[in-house]
Amino acid sequence: MTQPATREEARGGTPAAWDVAKVRRDFPALDQTVHGRPLVYLDSAATALKPQAVIDAVTGVYAKDCANVHRGVHLLSQRATLAFEAAREKTRRFVNARETSEIVFVRGTTEAINLLAQTLGRRVGPGDEILITALEHHSNLVPWQMACEATGATLTVAEVSDTGEVTVEAVAAKLTDRTRIVALAHASNTLGTVLPVAEIARLAHQRGAVVVVDGAQAAPHLRVDVQALDADFYAFSGHKVYGPTGIGVLYGKKAIFESLPPWQGGGSMIRSVSLTKTTYKGLPDRFEAGTPDIAGAIGLGAAIDYLDSFDRASLEAYEARLLAYGTAALERIPGLRLIGTAKNKIGVLSFVMEGVHPHDLGTLVDGEGVAIRTGHHCTQPLMERFCVPATARASLGIYNTETDIDRLVAALRKAKELFS
Amino acid sequence: MMDPRELYQELILDHGRRPRNFRPMPDASHSAEGKNPLCGDHVIVRLRYKDGVVEDVAFEGSGCAICTAAASTMSEVVKGKTRAAVETLFNEFHDLVTGKGTHDLEDLGKLAAFAGVSEFPMRVKCATLAWHTLQSALDGTTEVTTE
Repeated sequence: MTQPATREEARGGTPAAWDVAKVRRDFPALDQTVHGRPLVYLDSAATALKPQAVIDAVTGVYAKDCANVHRGVHLLSQRATLAFEAAREKTRRFVNARETSEIVFVRGTTEAINLLAQTLGRRVGPGDEILITALEHHSNLVPWQMACEATGATLTVAEVSDTGEVTVEAVAAKLTDRTRIVALAHASNTLGTVLPVAEIARLAHQRGAVVVVDGAQAAPHLRVDVQALDADFYAFSGHKVYGPTGIGVLYGKKAIFESLPPWQGGGSMIRSVSLTKTTYKGLPDRFEAGTPDIAGAIGLGAAIDYLDSFDRASLEAYEARLLAYGTAALERIPGLRLIGTAKNKIGVLSFVMEGVHPHDLGTLVDGEGVAIRTGHHCTQPLMERFCVPATARASLGIYNTETDIDRLVAALRKAKELFS
Repeated sequence: MMDPRELYQELILDHGRRPRNFRPMPDASHSAEGKNPLCGDHVIVRLRYKDGVVEDVAFEGSGCAICTAAASTMSEVVKGKTRAAVETLFNEFHDLVTGKGTHDLEDLGKLAAFAGVSEFPMRVKCATLAWHTLQSALDGTTEVTTE
């Protein structure tokens, strides 16, 4: 086995080799058979599997440091609070935020965007515009539609190209002086496309718009730097970065974040309460009413530690190589059409196959032990854009191998045979 | 668990590929549209219903093989049946695909090919979409979704 190179070596040139066999041993869920065959998990864009370190961290909270945070003076509460706040600091580092208080824990990306749509999104009025792109997940579309319905603002949409790209020009074409909010994905869950967020943010800011980035798909694959992107808000989910479900993150630039009105009222978010008047805390407590998902946050912290234990350059090089291998392998299957062929992509391979409906493919491929996603991927407008009712989607994680792709290809060929 | 390949009986593959009664019906007396928003299956069922009897049924739309084959076989078996007989068939078919079936498979004829669906709970809605849509058409409702 190749010895992993040092980080210095990796920076200098070829990244260190990715020891995928070792990585796979960290994920207990991989050690099982499905329909009598070793599991091939190609659905990480839906949710990533969890490394043992994350499972242990979550178990540890319930088994040992089981106490509420920010409340008790007893030792268990102190330990839980320290671990919870340490997770916030790890998250700050993970997205390179300036301040720890700019990190608010929420339930997931969906809740983060709803929080914004119901606070920031209520500052708009008739004649104002909220600009999204045509490839957005329903979670970065429906909340803004609801905001528009409530305020009389108009939802505008930047187009997606035939290859699945949203260019800076496509966004610029829809930006106006009335655009108040630009909400866009950092990477598409259906197509894999990575959007030029930094360039778009620059243009949006020139018009005085606030930039909201849905980072659910990008966070597991790309090095997120909210300052370099100049995102005003950036949301992502714990469970897609190998952490637990039920925890997510909303980063917001302090000045604008603390200018928003509180969202949910309750415990933890108040400074003082009387029956006639309540005053609210500052960031991040202001947006964390009620007992948070303590174990989830600590589990997310463990997931970030886990990802940090790797050389990011080798991780990215490995994922890129796997995506290239998968793209080439699928393209060789007659009658298969890839949906989403942008130059800059994360490991998402959406496709349709002549003569076999994606749902039948999903069931048949599962029979071979291969887990993929089929359906509209919560992007119905995008399905219409590409004139398909649904697609099959294989999405890659750090534990996938070329053998996984080969197993998928074999299963697809077998399915095609049955239907021919 | 059953091998998914067994789900795709020859009859299902055949009706999935070459659906019967897949056509418009300009003189339909009843029609309804059925959608399964989760998977994108979509059928429009049209029928001529006269004196308590389903004289003709046709459907259009797009869906997976299970959905298309279920609509196709349904269109064949309900033709000439009374409303009550259609209800009975749907109940028996529903029991079959949800695994509650105690009915004689022979009585079900072609529909018996769908027995394997009960092993795949995620696919039950594919098999029943056309039937729910037919029922809506007969009830006079024009839209139905299965979720």
